[in-house]
Amino acid sequence: MKTGAASFIRNGDAVALAEIPGLDLDDFREQILQSCENNGRVMALFGQPGGADNVRLYVVLANDTEGQLTLCSTEVAARYPALTPACAQAHWFEREIAEQWGVLPEGHPWLKPIRFHHSCRPGHDAWNRSAETPLRPGVTDFFTMTGEEVHEVAVGPVHAGIIEPGHFRFQCHGEKVYHLEISLGYQHRGVERALVGGPNKRTIPYLETLAGDTTVGHTLAHCEAIEALAGCRVPARAQVLRAIAVELERLANHTGDLGALAGDVGYLPTASYCGRIRGDLLNLTALICGSRFGRGLVRPGGVLFDLDESRQSQLNERLEQARKDVTNAVNLLWDAPSVRSRFENAGPVSRATALELGLVGVAARASGIERDVRAQFPSGIYRFAQIPMSLYHTGTVFARAHVRWMEIQRSLAFIFDQLQGLPEGPVRAEIGPLASNRAVISLTEGWRGEICHVALTDPAGKFAHYKVVDPSFHNWMGLALALRNQQISDFPLCNKSFNLSYCGHDL
Amino acid sequence: MNLTSFIPLLLALGLSPLLPGVINRTKAFFAGRRGPPLLQTYFDLWKLLQKGAVYSRTTTWLFRAGPIIGLAATLTAAMLMPLGNVPALIAFPADFLLFAGLLGVARFFIVVAALDTGSSFEGMGASREVFFSALAEPALLVALATLARQADMLSLSTLFGPVSGAHWLPAGPVLILVVIALMILLLAENARIPVDDPNTHLELTMIHEVMVLDHGGPDLAFVLYSSALKLWLFAALMVGMILPATGNSGLSLLLAVGGMLIVAVVVGVIESVMARLRLVIVPQLLVGAGALVAVAFLLSLV
Repeated sequence: MKTGAASFIRNGDAVALAEIPGLDLDDFREQILQSCENNGRVMALFGQPGGADNVRLYVVLANDTEGQLTLCSTEVAARYPALTPACAQAHWFEREIAEQWGVLPEGHPWLKPIRFHHSCRPGHDAWNRSAETPLRPGVTDFFTMTGEEVHEVAVGPVHAGIIEPGHFRFQCHGEKVYHLEISLGYQHRGVERALVGGPNKRTIPYLETLAGDTTVGHTLAHCEAIEALAGCRVPARAQVLRAIAVELERLANHTGDLGALAGDVGYLPTASYCGRIRGDLLNLTALICGSRFGRGLVRPGGVLFDLDESRQSQLNERLEQARKDVTNAVNLLWDAPSVRSRFENAGPVSRATALELGLVGVAARASGIERDVRAQFPSGIYRFAQIPMSLYHTGTVFARAHVRWMEIQRSLAFIFDQLQGLPEGPVRAEIGPLASNRAVISLTEGWRGEICHVALTDPAGKFAHYKVVDPSFHNWMGLALALRNQQISDFPLCNKSFNLSYCGHDL
Repeated sequence: MNLTSFIPLLLALGLSPLLPGVINRTKAFFAGRRGPPLLQTYFDLWKLLQKGAVYSRTTTWLFRAGPIIGLAATLTAAMLMPLGNVPALIAFPADFLLFAGLLGVARFFIVVAALDTGSSFEGMGASREVFFSALAEPALLVALATLARQADMLSLSTLFGPVSGAHWLPAGPVLILVVIALMILLLAENARIPVDDPNTHLELTMIHEVMVLDHGGPDLAFVLYSSALKLWLFAALMVGMILPATGNSGLSLLLAVGGMLIVAVVVGVIESVMARLRLVIVPQLLVGAGALVAVAFLLSLV
């Protein structure tokens, strides 16, 4: 079946809700399954209370090679046939829909809550639990194996390091992992629900703290959505400053990750140096806006801080020093055979698996998938200044580390380039009220991968629904599969090579 | 028994916690950090001894006995170890067998205490420790037997004299093989990189550290002190072989203590320039050490 041309939309284009094709359920399913067979993937799949006692499901389908987004919807009642058996990418999305709206995806092979909260539609629960039943994260059924010498290892939610809470259940035979199941939800705060009715004074702080290490990425995706809905044109200088901030965030996190990977295999020099250099890079963001994590920088209409000449040359100088330092530190890593032997062959995710799961970001590119919002769905300054995509083909820990290193080099080159020709002019434009009854898809390539925000406005121009898909939401399943047939002692290393967000997933 | 024989034991008791400090400072130097104070292990031990201990309801007396028996066995082993040209407190023919056996007893009780907790982490650590020590212990015994054969002596207190110094000229190949194997065993038995990572907080990757996760307070102090002593004993084996023998007791003791510190620096350097091995590769390393001492033993028969 074919859909009308109106269903194709671009990153950061607002469309009238009335123009979103409302398909019947069979066509909706067919659209998704066909798309996934033809180079497409599910970027977001979510529900919103619809007419009568129904739930309206929206899907954002992406075709990376053509840079095309499709948005369509359908209405379902209490149950519908699940997509997951035919399309693994829908797995967590359908569990999310079941949990949030109490709609049962029939035939879903592993229907469990993912965040352990009560349904957002009182009286509807996919598991028929009453509203009074206390729900505790991680208290659920887990996949188990039986056998003489099979043993189960439970890790978390309290971990030995200072990291976020998550529960990992391993099914092992000796040192070998047969299956890993990841159970999250400990950090669920209800961000999406809190954004409904906005934008208001709280909106930006919610977005800036949605995933603390991706402050600029998420805030930028949100601001571009607002600007599309308000028809606001962002000044060129602000666009460049935003891109510099996003790339600085990428630099700091990738550097920190490479250091942490070195630390996990006990290779101290790189671990210590990168830890310090990460701080230097965070300080560059602080040089621009006074916050190491970029809070207060990106706002609807532009940025709040301009870069005067003296700070611009300071940024250039300090970045050059950081470039030298990080090159030295990371080359130590590649030159140590003992490190290479740990990284290579650990935690492989094949290209086929990565495609099937719809992985995004570093994890996808390390498995040889060309998937990068900056190149395929560019917005802002990325429409004019392209960053080459960094790919590797093996999908192992080494590949994910190497892709990070390539991205560090390319982001550095991009920032130096942008600082050379920083456009003149204002850094912020006036922003008016949001258009009513519109939908917008806003994509940003955060350091972890693709950040997708979908905003729907009501007749008053307020958010009727706000959907956030953090790259981690796509990628946690990738980590689980990377561990299959691996040594359990390599889990921390594989985990670090993905470095996914718990709070970005839990929202 | 001579009163000077107390000196090697007293030095071991007093100075062994210094070795981890030297290793950490060396590692910090390579990482461009200042590192913890040299005496940090002493501070840690003092702090832990002041604390109370918490015991899980699922544990039995075995859990409490582990650290105590472990420390007692390691202390007894320390009484067998000479330093410089000063003989050990206890010396008798074939005492090196008792030395290896006592280290085995210490390990056994630490492993049993770990299993007693019923924790899956500690179970994994115990399983790894037992597997690796099954490969490391024979290598240690053969290494000691080779030395005994080479020296034609059967006591730790007498066998170092004839294998050090001038003896290296004719017997060089044998002794070099044994020294290399002993270095590998030292790293493996003392939970150092490339076999284990003493600094990691990742339970799933640990070997030795994960077995003592549930110990706290004085028990943990005993465990830490036993580890430091064990490191000292392995270092003493190497120093005894490498350092030339002198007639002067004072000088030889001074040289020996200096040698121990150098061994600690070498361990720190090794930890700084390489990553940990994959756990599945560790047995290959230990079998390699076993092969080295086996060849050394054959050569010593010639």
